[in-house]
Amino acid sequence: MPKVTFREDLCKGCGLCVSACPRKILEIAKDQINRKGHNPARITDQGKCIGCAFCATMCPDCVITVEK
Amino acid sequence: MVVFEKPKSLTDKEFHYCPGCPHGIIHRLVAEAIDTLGIEGIAIGVAPVGCAVMAYDYFKCDMVEAAHGRAPAMATGIKRSLPENIVFTYQGDGDLASIGMAETVHAATRNENITVIFVNNAIYGMTGGQMAPTSLPGQVTQTSPYGRDVKTAGYPIKVAELLSSLDGPAYIARVAVNNVKHVLEAKKAIQKAFENQIQGKGFSLVEVVSACPTNWGMTPQKALEWVEEKMIPYYPLGVYKDKKAEKEAE
Amino acid sequence: MGNKVLMKGNEAIAEAAIRAGCRHYFGYPITPQTEVAAYMAKRMPKIGGTFLQAESEIAAINMVYGVAGTGRRVMTSSSSPGVSLKQEGISYIAGSDLPCLIVDVQRGGPGLGGIQPSQSDYFQATKGGGHGDYHLIVLAPASVQEMADLTGLAFDLADKYRVPAMLLADGTIGQMMEPVELAEAQEVTFTEKPWAVTGTKGKREHHVVNSLYLVPEELEKKNFERYERYAAIAKNETRWESFMMEDAEYCVVAFGIASRVSKNAVVAARKEGIKVGLIRPITLWPFPKQVLADAVEQVKGFLCVELSMGQMIEDVKLATGGKREVALCNRTGGMIMSPEEVLESIRKLAGGDK
Repeated sequence: MPKVTFREDLCKGCGLCVSACPRKILEIAKDQINRKGHNPARITDQGKCIGCAFCATMCPDCVITVEK
Repeated sequence: MVVFEKPKSLTDKEFHYCPGCPHGIIHRLVAEAIDTLGIEGIAIGVAPVGCAVMAYDYFKCDMVEAAHGRAPAMATGIKRSLPENIVFTYQGDGDLASIGMAETVHAATRNENITVIFVNNAIYGMTGGQMAPTSLPGQVTQTSPYGRDVKTAGYPIKVAELLSSLDGPAYIARVAVNNVKHVLEAKKAIQKAFENQIQGKGFSLVEVVSACPTNWGMTPQKALEWVEEKMIPYYPLGVYKDKKAEKEAE
Repeated sequence: MGNKVLMKGNEAIAEAAIRAGCRHYFGYPITPQTEVAAYMAKRMPKIGGTFLQAESEIAAINMVYGVAGTGRRVMTSSSSPGVSLKQEGISYIAGSDLPCLIVDVQRGGPGLGGIQPSQSDYFQATKGGGHGDYHLIVLAPASVQEMADLTGLAFDLADKYRVPAMLLADGTIGQMMEPVELAEAQEVTFTEKPWAVTGTKGKREHHVVNSLYLVPEELEKKNFERYERYAAIAKNETRWESFMMEDAEYCVVAFGIASRVSKNAVVAARKEGIKVGLIRPITLWPFPKQVLADAVEQVKGFLCVELSMGQMIEDVKLATGGKREVALCNRTGGMIMSPEEVLESIRKLAGGDK
C-alpha cells in the first residue's frame, strides 16, 4: 500500500508537489499554518496514492517520504 | 519499503531558499548522486557566492566556500592536492558565467578532473534580482528595468555550447528541473558527471536550467512554466559533449 | 647543512620552498619573478609535485586557497601588479585561517609601473592589502641566503599560526646571484590537520573552510580570536638585525636591498666619526616596534631608507612616538639610492654634531 508522509514543519507551501501529483490528491492546507508560517502541503486521499514519488521529486525541501 | 526519502549525504539543516526555489531540488540531486556512488566520505564540495553560498551547511561531506567565481580554481587546487578525492563545485550563472568565466573556461580546457554543477536561472538571486549573463533578451530585471536590450547589454551566454567548443572538457550537458521528467534526466546527468570524475575522465559540467520565482515575480508553478516556454527554447537541453561517446562513435 | 652553491635569488626561493616540503606551486608570468615559476616548472614534475601556470593571478591565489584548505604546503609568487590581483584571495585565505606562502618580488608602481626594483608594496603587504581585519606575516630578505632561509621560515610560521605568510622581496635580490647554503630537504610527511578538508571518510563531522559569518557576533568573535593569534606572533616572532647599534647616536632603519646600501653608508659614516647604527626589520609584520622604541632613549634621530615615497617611515614614526626626528632617504620608481646618498642623509641628520 503506497504511503506518502510529509515532514510538515519543513514545508514552505510552494505547491510544486500539488501540481506534480498525477492523482490530484495533494493540496495546500489553507486552514493550517506550520512552524515556518507557511500553509503546508497535505494528502487528501492516501488510498488513491500510487507511490509514483512525483511529489517528492519536485519538492525542493525534502519534505516528502514515499513508501510502497 | 521506502522508495523516496531525503538523501543521507544532506545534513538536517533546513534549506534557506525561498518557497519553490529549485536549488533545493538540485542540492538533492547532487546528494543522491553522492549517495548512489557511495562517495560522501571522499567528496569535497566547493560552494559559490550567490544564493547557494551556504551550500556548505547542507552537504555532509567536507566543504569549502570560494570567492565569487573562483570555485573552479579552488577546486583545481583541492583536486591537485587530493587526486583520490571527488571534488565538485556548485555555482550560479553570475558566479560561473560572469565573474568566474576565466576560471570556468580554463578549468574546462585543462580538463581538470572535477564535477561542476552550474545552475542557470537567468538572474542574480541573492542580491535581489539583477540581470545575469544568462538573462534572456527582453527579460526585465532590477538592472534591466526596460528589458535586457541586446544592443547595450549584449546577448545571453550559452555556457554549454561555449564550453563544448573546447577540446578539453570530457562532458558537457544541459538539463532542466521544471518537471518530473526533466528532474529525472537531470539526476542521470549529474550522476554521470560524478562517475566521469571517478573514472578519471575529466572536466564534467552539467548546466541546470532552473528558476527564480521570487525575483522573476512569479508563483513557483508559473516560474516552471516560464522555464518551459522561454528558457528551454533559448537554452536547448541535451548532451553537448561526451568524450567517451564521441570516441565510441568513431 | 649542504655546501654553498651560487644561485639567483628567485631560484633560491623556489629551491628552499621545495626543501621545506612545498609540493604545490601556482603562478602566472610576471617580471621580475618569473624565475620562480620557471624553476618550479622544471622541478615539480620530477618530484611528484604540482606546477600549474594559472589563467590569472586571481586564479593562482584561489588554487593556493584550495590546496591550503587541504592542509598541504602551497605557494604562489608574483610581482607588484600581480600581487594586487591576488589580494582578494589573500583576504579569503586569511579569513579562513589557512597557511600558505605568497612571494612578492616587488617592482616600481603604481599601475603597471616599471620592472625595476622597489619597496613600494610595503603598505599593501603590512597593512592588509585586501579587505577586512587581517594581517600577513611579512618577511623581508636582504640577501639570496635570506631568500632561502626566510622561505623556509615563512612556511613554518604560517603553519604554526595558521596565517598566510608573505616574502616581500624586491627585483634586485630576486635577480642577484650569491652563494647560498641551503637547508636539508625536509621529508614530505603529511599529518592530517584537524581543520583540513580531506574527506570525512565517514568518520567525523564535515570540515568547512569558510570566511563567511553572517551573524555579526560570530564574525566579531572570529576576528578577536585571530587577533589574539596575531598578538602571539608579535610577541614570539618579531625579528630584526642590529648593526653597529651598541654605541650609536643615530639609527638608520632599512630593510631588504635598501638595508644593504645603508650598511655601506653606516660604515662610511663611522669612518667620518658619526656614531650611527642600523636596525634592519626582518619581519615587517610584526614590525619590530619595541627595539625602535627602546632606541629612542639611545639615539638623537632616525633615518628611514626605503625604495618608496616613504611607507615604512610611518611605522618608524609610530614606534618612536614623535620623540625624535625621523628623516627619510628614498628613491622610487625603480631607482636605488647610492651609499653616498644615504651617507649624505646621515650627515644631514647628524647636523653639526660631528
